[in-house]
Amino acid sequence: MSVLVYVESAEGKFKKSIFEAVSYAKAIATQLNTSLTAISIGDVASSELENLGKYGATKVLNVNNDKLKSFINQAYASVIAEAAKKEGAEVVVLSNSFSGKGLAPRIGVKLDAAVISGAIELPNTDGGFTIKRTAFSSKAFATVEVSAQNKVISLTPNAYKVVEDGGSSSVEDFASENKESDFKTIIKEIVRATDKVSLPDAELVVSAGRGLKGPENWGMIEELADLLGAATACSKPVSDADWRPHSEHVGQTGIAISPNLYIAIGISGAIQHLAGVSSSKVIVVINKDPEAPFFKVADYGIVGDAFEVVPKLIEAVKSLKANS
Amino acid sequence: MKILVCISNVPDTTTKITFTNDNSTFNEAGVQFVLNPYDEIALSRAIELTENGNGTVTVINVGEASTEPTIRKALAIGATDAVRINASPSDAYFVAKQIANHAKDQAYDLILTGRESIDYNGAKVAAMLGELLDIPSVSIIKKLDVDGDKATVEREIEGGKEIISIPFPFVAGTAEGVAEWKIPNMRGIMSARTKPLNVVEAIEVSSLSKVIKFETPAPRGTVKLVDAGDPEKLIELLHSEAKVI
Ligand SMILES: Cc1cc2nc3c(=O)[nH]c(=O)nc-3n(C[C@H](O)[C@H](O)[C@H](O)COP(=O)(O)OP(=O)(O)OC[C@H]3O[C@@H](n4cnc5c(N)ncnc54)[C@H](O)[C@@H]3O)c2cc1C
Ligand SMILES: Nc1ncnc2c1ncn2[C@@H]1O[C@H](COP(=O)(O)O)[C@@H](O)[C@H]1O
Repeated sequence: MSVLVYVESAEGKFKKSIFEAVSYAKAIATQLNTSLTAISIGDVASSELENLGKYGATKVLNVNNDKLKSFINQAYASVIAEAAKKEGAEVVVLSNSFSGKGLAPRIGVKLDAAVISGAIELPNTDGGFTIKRTAFSSKAFATVEVSAQNKVISLTPNAYKVVEDGGSSSVEDFASENKESDFKTIIKEIVRATDKVSLPDAELVVSAGRGLKGPENWGMIEELADLLGAATACSKPVSDADWRPHSEHVGQTGIAISPNLYIAIGISGAIQHLAGVSSSKVIVVINKDPEAPFFKVADYGIVGDAFEVVPKLIEAVKSLKANS
Repeated sequence: MKILVCISNVPDTTTKITFTNDNSTFNEAGVQFVLNPYDEIALSRAIELTENGNGTVTVINVGEASTEPTIRKALAIGATDAVRINASPSDAYFVAKQIANHAKDQAYDLILTGRESIDYNGAKVAAMLGELLDIPSVSIIKKLDVDGDKATVEREIEGGKEIISIPFPFVAGTAEGVAEWKIPNMRGIMSARTKPLNVVEAIEVSSLSKVIKFETPAPRGTVKLVDAGDPEKLIELLHSEAKVI
């Protein structure tokens, strides 16, 4: 028996959420008295793969062939399930990224495994196997009892801390046997905005709503975000009006995020908005209306006009950075 | 084109979520149930694609008779007919197995789901269906255009998108952007009453997991307000007290 973690890469690199998944998988392996194997698919330098040892992977299976260069969930699921069987892994861990969402259910079906998506804590393995995940668009948590022998767990980004106390991993090539029918989909183009922090992965998020009046006023929001190294987000009416792209829309019908810091500027705090952001660790609200519902779920707040407050915040962040 | 849209019946987005039975069960008392918003957007795209007699749209729901108002709403929006698999869905795997069992000999060209259900949020049914039917699946998509015997879709990725060509039949989980929301008109509402809604018994599926306990997030302490004249103070608190910047 072992634990297998899939380490998703983009352009040959791993993101922090992957180190979180490896650290998390290592902790599960320790609970189950076994070792952790990682599997990487695509073109990743061996130094990057060896480095996964730091987070607890003793062995890395490296799948690097031309057919599997770009992500096709059907083909990747076959490879990962095959590796899980060869390694005798009863637990497969991946990050609950966009790709992870297309992958985990397929691996689950192949392994007759229970799929637990969006886990936020380590499982409890005393006697049985229970694990906590978010439900009702982050309005609640559900503890799931797993009766299946095999489990596929996808970990919510930013829910588990990276632990670096391991050594180096041994890297082995893994040859997989894909069926031709795994390759029906063809990736024609990948468009990536590389100069920006991606919202689902971001530790810090600066978000703004209809209170900003119009798209021309987002300059100060972007400036504050850039200074903090934060991603930008927005409320639904803002993306509906095309003031900002849909990919920034957070909430019940947008994406759910759980950054360390969420700064909401000119957002009222409607229940559908809160659904996507309430698991943020620290919430700051800036709103000119002291009755705005968002203040009820905030840790810090300023009752004031965004157009006066935000420029001052920008100056304050600049001087903080200058002094540290 | 023959399209299947999977629809779920979920608590309205404004619902205050509470639990009963020692926090083991969602408290449905006083809760209004609606068509999952993402499924509504999937249905809207299916209807756009089959406009002018260019195909049919079947909606399918795994649920008890109480979900029928939601199914009728989907028919009012424009679905051709509906199937209800009579069971209380225990998890995504159960749902996917039932739908796959229905779809396996129906020769659908396209199966659409929402990106996720807003109650259990597993985002699992689409890819499970793809695997069970051994066809491609793609989620989460924001655009879907038909191009002969295949489709071009835009899949969301962190910080960008992928443009993918994918042959029919396949399964896709859809998000906002894929269509304009369709609002049922009077004619739709009238005709929905007489459109076929077939009730089918469920197949036996052994459960792999179950929810044993729910909890709501711990309430935050009261908000610490900083004077609007002194926003520097906020940055200082975030730095030295909350330690997040
Ligand atoms: C089915 C459904 C799903 C939904 N899903 C989502 C979702 O996923 N995400 C989402 O965000 N919404 C969602 N909504 C919409 C939601 O109900 C709210 O309408 C929306 O969140 C409000 O956006 P807002 O806070 O930007 O705007 P408003 O509610 O208009 O609030 C603007 C705020 O800005 C403040 N303000 C105004 N001027 C200033 C100023 N100069 N300085 C500081 N503050 C100022 C005001 O006091 C006010 O509180 C959904 C609604 C429905 C029905
Ligand atoms: N009980 C159900 N009946 C039919 N379709 C469902 C059901 N539950 C979920 N789905 C579909 O699967 C999608 C994803 O749901 P989930 O995996 O629960 O997040 C939903 O958007 C629906 O399209």
